[in-house]
Amino acid sequence: MRFEGRAWKFGDDVNTDLIIAGKYKYDTLDMREMAKHAFEAIRPDFAEKVREGDIIAAGRNFGCGSSREQAPLVLKALGIKVVVAESFARIFYRNAINSGMLALECEGISKAVREGDVLRIDLEKGTVENTRSGESLKFKPLPKLVFEIFKEGGLVPYVKKHKGIKL
Amino acid sequence: MGNIGLTMAEKVLSKKVGRTVTAGEIVVADIDFLMAHDGTAPLAIEEFSELGVSKVFNPSKILFVIDHTGPSPSDRVSNIHKMMREFARKHSCNFRDVGYGVCHQILIEEFAEPEMLIIGADSHTCTHGALGAFATGMGSTEIAVGMACGQTWLKVPESIKVDVQGKLRWPLTSKDLTLYLIGELGADGADYMAIEFVGEGVREMSVESRFTMTNMAIEAGAKVGFCPVDEKTLQFLLEERGKSFRELGPDKNACYADEITIKAGEVDFMVSVPHSVDNVKSVAELGDVEVDQVFIGTCTNGRFEDLQTAARILGGRKVKEGVRLLVQPASRKVYLRALKAGIIESLLAAGAVINPPGCGPCVGRHLGLLGDDEVCLSTQNRNFKGRMGNPKGEIYLASPAVAAASAITGKITSPEALGVKA
Repeated sequence: MRFEGRAWKFGDDVNTDLIIAGKYKYDTLDMREMAKHAFEAIRPDFAEKVREGDIIAAGRNFGCGSSREQAPLVLKALGIKVVVAESFARIFYRNAINSGMLALECEGISKAVREGDVLRIDLEKGTVENTRSGESLKFKPLPKLVFEIFKEGGLVPYVKKHKGIKL
Repeated sequence: MGNIGLTMAEKVLSKKVGRTVTAGEIVVADIDFLMAHDGTAPLAIEEFSELGVSKVFNPSKILFVIDHTGPSPSDRVSNIHKMMREFARKHSCNFRDVGYGVCHQILIEEFAEPEMLIIGADSHTCTHGALGAFATGMGSTEIAVGMACGQTWLKVPESIKVDVQGKLRWPLTSKDLTLYLIGELGADGADYMAIEFVGEGVREMSVESRFTMTNMAIEAGAKVGFCPVDEKTLQFLLEERGKSFRELGPDKNACYADEITIKAGEVDFMVSVPHSVDNVKSVAELGDVEVDQVFIGTCTNGRFEDLQTAARILGGRKVKEGVRLLVQPASRKVYLRALKAGIIESLLAAGAVINPPGCGPCVGRHLGLLGDDEVCLSTQNRNFKGRMGNPKGEIYLASPAVAAASAITGKITSPEALGVKA
């Protein structure tokens, strides 16, 4: 499985309140409506300029803070299919995979990527390649169960197929 | 369980899966209790219907709470509340409507027990480790799957041992200790791990104070925060729940990823500075910071002793003109107790506004949001940009004692500056 897309660069400790502010999450379940406010406090042009297939490249502890699944869901609604980060906060990581979004832990990604670089991700080889610099980084392999959940498109389709959670 | 020394996390999960499991293993375990609130339950209900299952696995083990936006601030929110009520009624789940209080406080008062596996669609579910439960936050989809199958998967976490030596002297509180620790660990210092709070300082403090520490374990990234179940915990559970349990602690030879010692005597009045929880300073280091609003409440510090501390610090003095003091009891039970003890009366006399039990402005939707460039000192657990409804507002975090002192002076103030001695 391969992904290629333009990178949006973020720093360390990007919390879920920054991804989608709490004040927007109680009024609706329509993720497209909510997604207009993604990263509003730090990147007000993000929702307008992001394109289908773009990739988020972030620093340490991406998605820290609240358990809101709306965080990966609004990114997904905007066409983001992959987030590559130095590390993730655990609830965001699970929420991303559970909603069928790829979350890859990749040491060195912050230094290797500039805003707008096109990244090529090869899931079988375990690599993230920067097409501008030619640099290729290895990401941490997904644990087997996590990969299975992602492969099925998220936790709900996984559970429907396997009739529960199977190790 | 043989000769291997186990941490509290390993002990509880070993019991759950019926064999000894240690850090790093991935397990599938039966869930003892599931919770979601008005910020997370609606999505969980949607995902549950996607699963195509007709019944929840066990309605008595499922709780829905309206706390983040109760009473409803808009017609759209009211419709979301309606959807939750209808689902809870249809499936006969536990349901606590507007006014009962914050979900975590309701679990403390009614549902959480030692050695349970508790999954909540709220990151502060880690609070219940103070009662010896393996309690952790997850997203709505995992709650939906839990409601359908009664199971979840977990990686048995490594643990960090935090040994608190010596006693905290009032009006220093466990909040000061917790902020100090998060400053040391950093926002991801305990990612994927459990934190175990042990030692004299923990034994000596009240169970209510322990909840403040375990509640904020997530602010260092932790999966759960534990305190040993000791005589005080058992007494607390007997009084709250009328039930008896047994003591539970880590083995002496348990293996830890890290061990941190904090001398209670060296902890000062601490504050988290905008816009991250791990940006910690002592009040003394802070300099003059004027405040527009002071908020005392939440799952971190909205319990009886927190309101009692605030009332004692206020001590008949008035809130400074131009400062808004908002107080929000964490639950109806806390509210009633504080009312009977005369605490609500003295808070009102000082000039406080009393919000109905719930999360209030901490989650940014109503009951005291910030204007542009306004500064709030709050006893809540997060000061992220925009958390209280406005990215141009600034949030400082502190204990109820510092909050009350600051409400009097209008700037962030140590209780000692008002002559209240530690």
